[in-house]
Amino acid sequence: MKIAIASGKGGTGKTTIATNLALTLADAGTNVQLLDCDVEEPNCHIFLKPKIESATPVTVPIPKVIEEKCTGCGICAEVCEFSAIAVVKKKVLIFPELCHGCGACSLFCPENAFVEVPREVGAIEKGSADGIIFTQGLLNIGELMSPAVISEVKKSAGDPDVLIIDSPPGTSCPVIEAVKDAEFILLVTEPTPFGLNDLKLAVGMAKALNLPFAVAVNRSDVGDDAVAEYCRSENIEIFLEIPNDRRIAEAYSRGEMVVRELPEYLETFKTCWDRIRAFSEKETSSKPNSDGTAKEA
Amino acid sequence: MKEIVVISGKGGTGKTSIVASFATLAGKAILADCDVDAADLHLVLNPVIERREDFSGGKKASIIEENCIGCDRCIEECRFDAISYPDSGKADTPRVNHIFCEGCGVCFRVCPADAISFKQAVNGEWFVSSTKYGPMVHARLGMAEGNSGKLVSQIRQEARSIAEKENLDYIIVDGSPGVGCPVISSITGADLVLVITEPTLSGRHDLLRVAELTSFFRIPTIVCVNKWDLNADITGQIEQEAREHNVRPAGRVRYDTSVTSAQIAGTSIIAFADGDVSRDIRDLWNSVVTTLDGGAA
Repeated sequence: MKIAIASGKGGTGKTTIATNLALTLADAGTNVQLLDCDVEEPNCHIFLKPKIESATPVTVPIPKVIEEKCTGCGICAEVCEFSAIAVVKKKVLIFPELCHGCGACSLFCPENAFVEVPREVGAIEKGSADGIIFTQGLLNIGELMSPAVISEVKKSAGDPDVLIIDSPPGTSCPVIEAVKDAEFILLVTEPTPFGLNDLKLAVGMAKALNLPFAVAVNRSDVGDDAVAEYCRSENIEIFLEIPNDRRIAEAYSRGEMVVRELPEYLETFKTCWDRIRAFSEKETSSKPNSDGTAKEA
Repeated sequence: MKEIVVISGKGGTGKTSIVASFATLAGKAILADCDVDAADLHLVLNPVIERREDFSGGKKASIIEENCIGCDRCIEECRFDAISYPDSGKADTPRVNHIFCEGCGVCFRVCPADAISFKQAVNGEWFVSSTKYGPMVHARLGMAEGNSGKLVSQIRQEARSIAEKENLDYIIVDGSPGVGCPVISSITGADLVLVITEPTLSGRHDLLRVAELTSFFRIPTIVCVNKWDLNADITGQIEQEAREHNVRPAGRVRYDTSVTSAQIAGTSIIAFADGDVSRDIRDLWNSVVTTLDGGAA
């Protein structure tokens, strides 16, 4: 089973939930793998302190001109929708950070004057911690294309009983890359106006992707009832509530795991997992299209 | 006119609450909410929309069913797996999944039957509004849409042109979490970056990545540890490390539950209560102004 932990708003507790859920499952003997897909600011490693066994660069293909074949016709620049190629005085200039790797330039070059070469944009690291198989991605500083790194992190998924994806915050391209093939999304929020606004955006995203989801409310007693009321009126289930316990904040600040420092929370995460499993077993019997065509439906 | 961008690396550290407070303190300023993935500033500044514009992040492809001959060339050449036959099998032409479509136009150009339309897609809206504290430019990105970097650039450009026209002193930009595409779009060419972090190991880790990013783009950078008294030791470590990276600690803001109360009341903490935390933020703003006007961080 593949589940993603996501949120519109940052700093709501995605990483806390992803790591503690993974550890709770591993402690119970479940074969679990955790993917840290927040490649701009990956933090799972701070809490799990994994032993990293391998590191591999992530590359994206970028075009390179074979000068002898190029006639300077300019078709490559015309077909590049991302302004990653310009042709000036019959000379091809390539701007690698802007390249999306679509292949249009090499496909439409009449002289076959392009080859594609790898360009490093980040790395993935694999290892393990406390019985959890672990992979994280790291985007190089100054790079734009985090989805490329996320995609590589996801390719490292083996065939565990449970795969947990810690997603980046937000609702745009990197998040979609992280969650798109999950079987279930747990949307983390907090009971404040910002939390509610961003939860609504995240719900919109989950619906656009046609993925089943439920909500986790962190620091559930800090704000007002608006998140709970919204979930009730939209028939969205709340699978996890974590109170605003100062001891959790302190454990978090030091990079410690909640279920290790405060074992009374093991049951909270177990219950959450039981709800996710029960929900997904119910879902599989009535699964909607998974090709993302829901928007047009 | 000076532009300050408030970012955080890690999400949920209090950027938006602090930007809202700056708005109430700044005088002749314009606000720009560049956290377009999860825009929240409007919830506390209550803008009145005066002008709205469509945002197009680029083109999207669609299949013109009556022209399609089913040759599958589009499917073969699409590198983003965005074109496929629907699961249901009812349709005999492929469909483009608009969420996965990068807008590269390869399908449109390889199609031998003119069966693909390739047009500017509207995937969001941006607004020029007025608030009690001055003009504000903000946006709403459509559900599961990409290219937030381009939207961020448009918002900043608009804010700059209004600031020039109205002869305003400051552009205050609320940025997004992370170090990727929208963050890079929000900081390039700014006069000063203020990083809001929190006294946790995650906050520290993420600050170092952001500091690397701003140094890469050579933008003067200062830092503020928000809720610093939750862990005074880590606050000290963060400030020490920041100095080593040429990032000057410009203030500390204490933890106070009235910040959440202000958010629930739909206002900034400065307008809500004149307590110690408001004084911390005033001191921080004064420090920002001194830095901006002194021309060095």
